Amino acid sequence: MLDGFKDRTAIVGIGQTRFGGHPPGRPPEHPVESGKELACRAVLAALEDAGIDPGEVDALASYTLEETDEVELAAALGLGDLTWFSRTGYGGGGSCATVAQLAAAIAAGQATVGVAWRSRRRGPRGRPWQAPGAAAEPRPGPAQPRQGGERQPVAAQWTRPFGLLRPADEVAMLTRRYLHEYGATRDHLFNVALACRNRANQNPAAIMYERPLTREMYMDARWISEPLCLYDNCLDTDGALACVVVGAERARDCPRRPVLVHAATQSLPPLHHGMVDYWCEDPLASPGWTAAHTLWKNADLTPEEIDCAQMADAFTPQVLFTLEAYGFCGRGEGGAFTEGGALELGGRLPVNTGGGGLSEGYLHGFNHITEAVRQLRGDSTAQVPGASSALVTAGECVPTSALILRAGEGGRR
Amino acid sequence: MTSTAPGLLVPAVDEDGAPFWDYAARGELRIQACADCGRLRFPPRPCCPYCRSFASEWRPVSGRGRIWSFVIAHPPLPPAYQERAPYPVLLVELAEDPGIRLVGDLAAESQQGPGHGQGQGHGQGGAPASGGPGGGRRRRPAQRAPEPRIGAPVRVVFEQPPVPDCPPLPRWALI
Repeated sequence: MLDGFKDRTAIVGIGQTRFGGHPPGRPPEHPVESGKELACRAVLAALEDAGIDPGEVDALASYTLEETDEVELAAALGLGDLTWFSRTGYGGGGSCATVAQLAAAIAAGQATVGVAWRSRRRGPRGRPWQAPGAAAEPRPGPAQPRQGGERQPVAAQWTRPFGLLRPADEVAMLTRRYLHEYGATRDHLFNVALACRNRANQNPAAIMYERPLTREMYMDARWISEPLCLYDNCLDTDGALACVVVGAERARDCPRRPVLVHAATQSLPPLHHGMVDYWCEDPLASPGWTAAHTLWKNADLTPEEIDCAQMADAFTPQVLFTLEAYGFCGRGEGGAFTEGGALELGGRLPVNTGGGGLSEGYLHGFNHITEAVRQLRGDSTAQVPGASSALVTAGECVPTSALILRAGEGGRR
Repeated sequence: MTSTAPGLLVPAVDEDGAPFWDYAARGELRIQACADCGRLRFPPRPCCPYCRSFASEWRPVSGRGRIWSFVIAHPPLPPAYQERAPYPVLLVELAEDPGIRLVGDLAAESQQGPGHGQGQGHGQGGAPASGGPGGGRRRRPAQRAPEPRIGAPVRVVFEQPPVPDCPPLPRWALI
């Protein structure tokens, strides 16, 4: 089925700006650049890494919640004639889909040089639900604008009037049931937070670089939405990231070792309802289960052959859901899987080796893609020795996407 | 008592959901059902996902169910919610069909343990002027409202929030 896709394209360049955020106990930090400037800088950095002139770019892909649009980016950077562009929806669920769609377009001959990016600059107003007046006036119609113009699913009228307001609340609802059903514990959630923090402590670009986390800090932390505490939540981050996708043949002539797009998928299961996926038949079987089915079917690899995984971690429980969905353990065993340092460097499955959304920065998961590329080039700050394959997953509990990437041959360095 | 009405969210009703809220205004809990295959579905939508029929009806249900899960929301929250925090939000599976799950908050009458009476009589139609989601913060921890738990039986109660033009909301009382 995917003979025309598998390993036909490669990521040959990555770029990023510095990240800013809200570290605990410190005043908010913001990059000084505008969102548009951040996007431009990340895309230029990725093209320079790829050794490709901006005038050669003919395809763009980003998220529907991206605020810098294709016209602005193309005009500011002097890109070539664009022959293809797309946006992927559902927040962090769209991260891997940006690369997947670029790869498909290039494999199909609709474009030759594609750039995927995500930039984010929230400004001083913070999250929409924190802004004074944001909740004051009900907005008409079934869909309400969310951050970055993302439209809320139709489910809003069935949840928000009852005080279920934030993504953390929405995921906490599934988490409590999950803990109840399978006997997983807060210690298992802590294992996820700790693995991400430990890797961020090794990554100078991470917001939580040199900021260790202890079990005591985790257990004493304030609640956000019980059973989720502060450290179960990702870092709201400003910054931008980008990567460059070209055909595999051309990739061999690029300066960096190519990272092949081996398999890719998007996933929207039947009766799915976004992050409040409470109305499908089995709410604890996340969209990752559907994604994983297609992904492994179309890959030459099995879960046992994956060297590292960059997993959706807007919230710690999503990593447990993902471990199960993608077959690293059985159903209900995600918590137990995290025991004994399994997610740490040197463990059974090192995850989020740059620090992930929980501790490197949360840019709707795009940093999971760039960290997978670093691993497969051999230059991660928490390198898995000899890593040749990586799983990348997009936001869980929402319509999602995923990639399997492999180290390719070629590149001058 | 602080009036929190301006900051509370009201349902942004769409075409598919309108009948639900119309029945709620009459104090009735009804769920959309397929008029051909008879299966309940929620949230409401124009076509049956099981038999693809466009014929539907609104079926009365008992208003009884069990707590499938719940959260306790803490700050940071929008001001009207922050001043009530921490408050529980429930996800209730209906007795008629456990696959039909409704998000709702704890009804005021679940919160009327000893010392929980302050604020009653404020607002409209018995609305919990100091209650709403989870009750007032001054009630905690010594006079904490009954704790929800997974599996606990509940029944629906319609309460009018202190917000103009807001339909009565289905809330859940512990039984």
